[in-house]
Amino acid sequence: MEVAADIPSYVKCRKVCKAKLSANRCFKFRKLLKKVSEEELFSKGHRACSGCGAALALRLALKAAGKNVIVVQPTGCMEVVSTPYPETSWKVPYIHVAFENAAAVASGVEAALKALGKKDRVKVLAIGGDGGTVDIGFQALSGMLERGHDVVYICYDNEAYMNTGVQRSGSTPLGAATTTSPAGKVSFGEDRPKKDMPRIVAAHNIPYVATASVAFPLDYMEKVRKALEVKGPAYIHVLAPCPPGWGYDSAKTIELARLAVDTGMWILYEIENGKERITYKPTVKKPVEEYLRAQKRFRHLSKDIIQRIQEEIDKRWKEIFES
Amino acid sequence: MFKALRLEEIYEKMVSSEEYKTGGWRTFKPVFDKEKCIDCGSCWIYCPENSIIKKGKADYDVDLEFCKGCGICANECPTEAIKMVLEEK
Repeated sequence: MEVAADIPSYVKCRKVCKAKLSANRCFKFRKLLKKVSEEELFSKGHRACSGCGAALALRLALKAAGKNVIVVQPTGCMEVVSTPYPETSWKVPYIHVAFENAAAVASGVEAALKALGKKDRVKVLAIGGDGGTVDIGFQALSGMLERGHDVVYICYDNEAYMNTGVQRSGSTPLGAATTTSPAGKVSFGEDRPKKDMPRIVAAHNIPYVATASVAFPLDYMEKVRKALEVKGPAYIHVLAPCPPGWGYDSAKTIELARLAVDTGMWILYEIENGKERITYKPTVKKPVEEYLRAQKRFRHLSKDIIQRIQEEIDKRWKEIFES
Repeated sequence: MFKALRLEEIYEKMVSSEEYKTGGWRTFKPVFDKEKCIDCGSCWIYCPENSIIKKGKADYDVDLEFCKGCGICANECPTEAIKMVLEEK
């Protein structure tokens, strides 16, 4: 895959900066951050746990999208924390729908805007969790992509059903302990690998697919902006660590999200009109053990399972970065 | 008895979630050292509660009514200008 050269991101700063400063000290990062909108469309006072990665993903997405959007959300963590009646955290029009049909409702909203002749001014943003996207909402999403509605779908991926108390989802990675894939004498946790959702979506041949991480805010916001500009469906899959579900100190949310990218567990790329490019290549590839050991859900893993995970990452790394 | 609600009645009650102060969740609070601040904006961009206030050049503060004390700002600050201290109420 080709490595992107023109994305102005935090990522690129790290490459340019030869003074061995940490990334956020880089002059370019600071300069680009100054351009980020100061308007907050996701209000304070939402009930997300402290250190929630998904809440940050929403905040950044709305910063990038601006106020001319209609948000459609299925059931999930972010719906529950942002709309406890009679309060709302949204400063943009918002619809909450059932778990399985966010994409179908977003299609309807888009069709209505089209009929009213307001489609050029207003964009539709569907934001679902990994359960509502990868498992339950999958057929509605697939239908929306296939019909070619001009909707941006963002999936914040915290790798299990966190809202109901950490049950496994299709997005749960190999070896993770959840309440429905517990670790013990007979089981090492989740026994199936993570569903590669961005690839499945890309197979629908839609104009824009990207993966992102909350640790790379500029890269993520740039991708949201690009997705909104594209005519036709666009999909962004953003990794959002969850302190209570993954089992780590709430201060480490960004550190872990960055570590996921640096170890190769999560790869940042975008597919624009069939052309793939990597938006960030880690300068040093860290061993996956560092990422796994930092979380309670992986703490039980034995050496050979870690070896298995490392081998799978190495294979993928080779396919993507060295081909 | 069952009473039908009119839509207007439902909308009248709607308020922003800013009415609910989440500051009470906090155990540790961030304390800023302006001398060390290099104005990178990391604390501001990474705050999930958007409770970091930009006051001016290299001058950030926290909205203690909403800060949940997660510590992301202190962890991400490249110059360690933010420290989490135990809050005594």
